Amino acid sequence: MPKLMTSRRSLLKGAAAGGLLTASPLVARFASAQSSAPIKIGFQQHATGIGAAYGRWYGRTTDAAVKAINEAGGINGRPVEIIAEDDGTDPKRGAEVVEKFANQHGTDVAFGTLFSHVVYGSAPAAGEQKMPYFVVSEGHHVASGKLNRYTLQPGITDVKSQVQAMAPYVSENLGKKVTMIFPDFAFGHDHRDFFTAAIEAQGGEVLEHIAIPPTETSFTKYFPKIPRDTEVLYHVMVGPAVLTFVKELGEFFGPSSPEIFGFIDSLEAVDLSSPGLEFLEGTYFWEGNPRYAQADQTSFDKNFRAAVGVDENGASVSDPADVSTYAHMFGCWETLHVIKAGMEAADYQGPQDRQKLIEAVEAMSDMAESDAHPQGPKVFNGKTHQVFGKQYISRVEGGKLLRVHATSIEDTLYPDEVDYTTMTF
Amino acid sequence: MSLSARSIALHMSLIAILFILCFTLSDYHQGNLARILVLATYAIGYNVLFGYTGLLSLGHAMFFAAGLYGLGLPMHLAGLAPLPAFVIGVLCAALLSALVALLALRTIGVAFMIVTLMFAQCVFLSILYFGTWTRGDEGFVIPQAARQIMGLDLTDPTTRYLAALLLFSTALLITARIMQQRFGHVLIAVRENEERTQMLGYDVFRHKFLAVVISGSISGAAGAAYGLLFGYVGATFASVQYSIFPLLWVLLGGAGTTIGPLVGAVFMFYLIDYSSGFTNAYMLIAGVALVLLVLFARSGIMGEIRKRWVPWLP
Repeated sequence: MPKLMTSRRSLLKGAAAGGLLTASPLVARFASAQSSAPIKIGFQQHATGIGAAYGRWYGRTTDAAVKAINEAGGINGRPVEIIAEDDGTDPKRGAEVVEKFANQHGTDVAFGTLFSHVVYGSAPAAGEQKMPYFVVSEGHHVASGKLNRYTLQPGITDVKSQVQAMAPYVSENLGKKVTMIFPDFAFGHDHRDFFTAAIEAQGGEVLEHIAIPPTETSFTKYFPKIPRDTEVLYHVMVGPAVLTFVKELGEFFGPSSPEIFGFIDSLEAVDLSSPGLEFLEGTYFWEGNPRYAQADQTSFDKNFRAAVGVDENGASVSDPADVSTYAHMFGCWETLHVIKAGMEAADYQGPQDRQKLIEAVEAMSDMAESDAHPQGPKVFNGKTHQVFGKQYISRVEGGKLLRVHATSIEDTLYPDEVDYTTMTF
Repeated sequence: MSLSARSIALHMSLIAILFILCFTLSDYHQGNLARILVLATYAIGYNVLFGYTGLLSLGHAMFFAAGLYGLGLPMHLAGLAPLPAFVIGVLCAALLSALVALLALRTIGVAFMIVTLMFAQCVFLSILYFGTWTRGDEGFVIPQAARQIMGLDLTDPTTRYLAALLLFSTALLITARIMQQRFGHVLIAVRENEERTQMLGYDVFRHKFLAVVISGSISGAAGAAYGLLFGYVGATFASVQYSIFPLLWVLLGGAGTTIGPLVGAVFMFYLIDYSSGFTNAYMLIAGVALVLLVLFARSGIMGEIRKRWVPWLP
């Protein structure tokens, strides 16, 4: 057994450090709380695997949000501590991580998951552990009613609302005859189903659905399937082959292409000036949050960029080549502020108050645009556990994304598909 | 004590220890071990084919997935009760393994690896293609309320652990028994020298066929149990990496040993769990551990123990 040795020198050092710490303003601010023990938030991070680029920026945003929250006095006077665990962007490991938060780290809540399959894989564990699980995924899984009362998505909108909100702008400004190219798995199928219904509701039509198998690395053979009378090409390709996709699309069409509309998911963390992306000039993208600082940038966006360390081009201030996942990562910032607001409303003291926390979040509704919600104003639906907010459409001009349209929140709403508040805890 | 009696004593002791651990471990490790027992069952299935018969499959995830979806889809789409759904899951895996065996066993060696890999890719891509029902890569959740058998709540940690232990023990005892019988000896003979086994008059194809079916069925039972006990069914479990995992677990634990699959699954799980606390490059640590094992303990942990100290180890 190792011996515990405490010398007089180390004791003095410890006492001095302790004195300094208790004298610091931060501790004084936290000292008024009933307990000064930190609020532990388990951060399920895609540090490795296919979601690693997102995970890196989700991590930076999370750290910045926690720093801001702690500098403002923490939650209920207690400091916030983030405990990050890598889920490998894998649903099995995701569930294990949630169990680790609950049974080993003893976190108060879990948060941060992006990829839908990890959310699906982890949500049962969250429900069984009775662990409030705040996802930042943009999947329709929460609002569809397929998960449980412990799973909420209060910081980022879902794909159904995003897609349907695009249809009015596309049909009015770009064209009514659409061809869709999408990956042949659930993410692509969501776009196919939601956008097809939405564009038809606008009097438009989808001429052709072109599903690309996920193992595909070259796309040229699919392009002849695009009907000649296509007015708008809608693409949502993701993954490492997306640069090849854009390059081959450019080679296929040359200068005379239809209008092209895509989701920035394809190019998150990718520099728009990358070779081969010149073809994107003049094309349109959905953005959850405009990557490039716009002329009418709000002070909230400015503060958010400064806190996370993102420049006006959406890249790291320390490395212009390190492009952020700006359209999504605000979700971590906003979710953490919702957790803070929920815990304060519930007077959260510890895990015994988890149900009160969920009820407090369910009771939320309007969230004003602010430093806590820099992406824009939002409306939270407590029944479906899903937040709704503005969506943005940008056009590539001069190699940068210029916002040309912002939807209303009403454009993104759809009938409730579930009422989680009727479910037991 | 005879070899058979020693073997029985070892396996029953292991099961008894695992039973006691259910009530002595912390919540976290109890949950982990429940998951490991299901995964070790998958590895036991793999070991029947790789460890004992000498057939290296790179597509076993298809059998795991057949069990997973065989259970999950009837529950998800038709509201079937867990017990019949579990039986359907195992039958799906058995049927798929029989079909794959009929075709893949026409090949040997590297070709067998590639053919099994290709079949597994077909299954994986089919799950994505039929996304309307399977929800593709996202998968679907089996609700907590549906995961009950005869009044037993399989989402309760202790019940779940005991259910996982029952599955593991059944697979362990069945394979241990098989390997003590003539059928198992012929499988080992096939592994050691297929031509000689054939010359001795044994129907090698029939034995290999049955080995694939037994292996696939046990793997499918593990897949069905995973869906039932942990409530998630997704295409990730049909991907290539989930074909590689049982190979690693069996290699680490000791191919051709009955308890090697469990040892390998425990070792790998906790290696990743602990090393991920220090670095994001935890797979590098796992890789280095594997290289070291291949260099210094080629027979895996239990294989080396058998070679050096306990020659009777089954």
